Amino acid sequence: MDLAFTKEDEQFRHEVREFIDKNFPQKLRDIDKRTDLTREDMLSWHKVLYNKGWIAPHWPKEYGGTDWNITQRYIWDQECANAGTTPLIPFGLTMLGPVIIGFGNDEQKDWVLKGILSGDDWWCQGYSEPGAGSDLASLRTKAERVDDHYIVNGHKIWTTLAQFADWMFCLVRTNNDGKPQEGISFLLIDMKTEGIDVKPIITLDGGHEVNEVFLEDVKVPVENLVGEENMGWTIAKFLLGNERTGIAGVARSKKALERLKDIASSEYIDGENLIDDPDFNTKIADVEVDLTALEYTELRTLAKESKGEGPGAESSILKIKGTEIQQRITELTMEAVGHYSNPYLTPAFERQGSNYLTIGPDYSHGAAQNYFNMRKTSIYGGSNEIQKNIIAKMVLGL
Amino acid sequence: MDFSFSEEQTLLRNTIQSFIQDNYDFDKRQAIVKSEEGMKQENWKQFSELGLLGLPFSEEDGGLNFGAVETMIVAEEFGKGLVVEPYIQTVVTCGGFLRRANSTQKESYIPGIISGDDIWAFAYAEPQGRYNLNDLSTTASLEGDNYVINGYKSVVSGGPWANKFIVSVRTSGEQRDADGISLLIVNKDSDGLSIRDYPTVDGSRASELTFENVQVSKENLIGEEGKGSELIELVVDETIAAICSEAIGAMKVLNDATVEYCKTRKQFGQPIGKFQVLQHRMVDMFMQYEQSVSMTYMVNLKLDEDYAERRKAASGAKVQIAKAAKFIGQSAVQLHGGMGMTDELNVGHYFKRLSMIENSYGNIDHHLKKYSSAE
Repeated sequence: MDLAFTKEDEQFRHEVREFIDKNFPQKLRDIDKRTDLTREDMLSWHKVLYNKGWIAPHWPKEYGGTDWNITQRYIWDQECANAGTTPLIPFGLTMLGPVIIGFGNDEQKDWVLKGILSGDDWWCQGYSEPGAGSDLASLRTKAERVDDHYIVNGHKIWTTLAQFADWMFCLVRTNNDGKPQEGISFLLIDMKTEGIDVKPIITLDGGHEVNEVFLEDVKVPVENLVGEENMGWTIAKFLLGNERTGIAGVARSKKALERLKDIASSEYIDGENLIDDPDFNTKIADVEVDLTALEYTELRTLAKESKGEGPGAESSILKIKGTEIQQRITELTMEAVGHYSNPYLTPAFERQGSNYLTIGPDYSHGAAQNYFNMRKTSIYGGSNEIQKNIIAKMVLGL
Repeated sequence: MDFSFSEEQTLLRNTIQSFIQDNYDFDKRQAIVKSEEGMKQENWKQFSELGLLGLPFSEEDGGLNFGAVETMIVAEEFGKGLVVEPYIQTVVTCGGFLRRANSTQKESYIPGIISGDDIWAFAYAEPQGRYNLNDLSTTASLEGDNYVINGYKSVVSGGPWANKFIVSVRTSGEQRDADGISLLIVNKDSDGLSIRDYPTVDGSRASELTFENVQVSKENLIGEEGKGSELIELVVDETIAAICSEAIGAMKVLNDATVEYCKTRKQFGQPIGKFQVLQHRMVDMFMQYEQSVSMTYMVNLKLDEDYAERRKAASGAKVQIAKAAKFIGQSAVQLHGGMGMTDELNVGHYFKRLSMIENSYGNIDHHLKKYSSAE
């Protein structure tokens, strides 16, 4: 047991730091954090990493991964967070990629993985439905086999960034007999196919991240079935397990905590800096301790994983604690900016000629929207209550 | 970065596990607690034979030269057995001071610890001082070749079993100054030292110490006069790391017992573990435990870091462990229902030990403040 970084680790840190510094797109550094990024903006960092060969550190080397050990992956995450790089879109890299590697046929491994790595194919996740949220297995979107096609009819919801997607990996019902879990299949659907309609959902923070996707007589070639027909539930669970491990967001929460401390150092209370207020300071220390514990829990999980154990149901802890901490930090950030959490400053408002950027300190912009937006984290990826059910069943054997 | 245990470390863990299995089931432990002495000398001898009492001392001093991770393993397994013998007090805390003492002192005192002949206790707390290690009104002044000590020390853990004390005293400065604190070795049979022994709620023993013109040789001063504060903080941090390790052992037993109980206890025609509200409570207990294990590993691996890093590690760990100790202890009693309230079941005894750990060497509030002031 030891926490030391080797000379090679430090060299690696130096290398990635320099790389990020030189290659992180200039435009993303200056971009106002509140405005919605364009599709091209979101992909620009992806392309840089693809060209370097660093786009999928967690994939096996033979499929385009990097062969980094856990320490190197930890360093990479840390350096990216410290530099404030834009998060990569996870649907292909984190979610679908490992599924295709584990369950896909050779042809799928070829075209799907290539498109994910290059960023040429933007994927979205067709899981939830209006009647199938936490009870995902009750999904009703139907795929009927007609010759060498499936005909898909149904309604997906909460589909993140579907407005930009080229493709959707989708859970569909191919059989109504037996247990609901036994009749589900995993299909890859081209978003340009006739019969697909994407409708935006505006969330309470005013943003457009999620959508409804309507599917009406959508023709999907049978070669787009992943794994066997009716074994989609196994794949779906595998995918959610992978999703959870990446979800802790430790390095980014550390960065957000640093930003919170900066804000608290600029704000005043009774003539003193807010950061020196014992009550507020204690709240910060409290979340920082929680985050440190999570950091080491994640490292322990990664260490187990690197020995080929897991990710087990223990990864649900990372999801629960990670999202609680992310939410807590946004809550404290909104608290720290005080009155200036209230103005609702959007580009649309600016177009009315109000010069909105001059209202309140820069760091107050978006504090409330961020707080509202982050409430999603304990709901998505299997709500935190569902994660507790998973731990209760799989780890505690209840 | 590596979180695995070496073969040697695993062997050490197995050794202690079989000691606990053979000598420390719950009934045997309760018999020890209720005995007149409150600890078992035979066990202490066995610790010596197993080499545990020499664990952290250098080979030169006759020890095994093991580090914090080995101490963590011992303390964690002792925590599972609710061991009352004062291992941490003697070996980790007082041993921690003596490891940094001068060579004459090392030669005089360390062999007695390793052989099991001497038991030591650290007398630092005072009634007005709460958790502030520097708040000392016990004084010592040098008169000729002797220090003369006057004052009062509270709740000295393991005091009744100790034949030697290390006492923190003020040799100069104001009551809460960091400067002016010194460490003195005091024999239990010193003239002017009166001692009142009593049991503690967690099955251990402690003492109140009154010093009236107690004379000790100036040779008994550890380190430099007036410069004891830094060393105290270091050794207390090492002690905190060991206590956290003990705590995760105790938490593990409580969590396992609670899950097991909820699988077998039936109400409304089914095991109560089928109720989601109880499942989620047990998941929260499990998460608190895992987070505590993480912090315990972390602090034990960071004891040699620079001051700010070590301060954050120790206080951060203590905060997490104290929260988890409270939550797991209370929840285990709650989920065991009426049985959890009984003296007969082990659950309450783990709860009591964890509750005392929660406050020992500083509670949550104290360490949150220390954490945020560490730069």
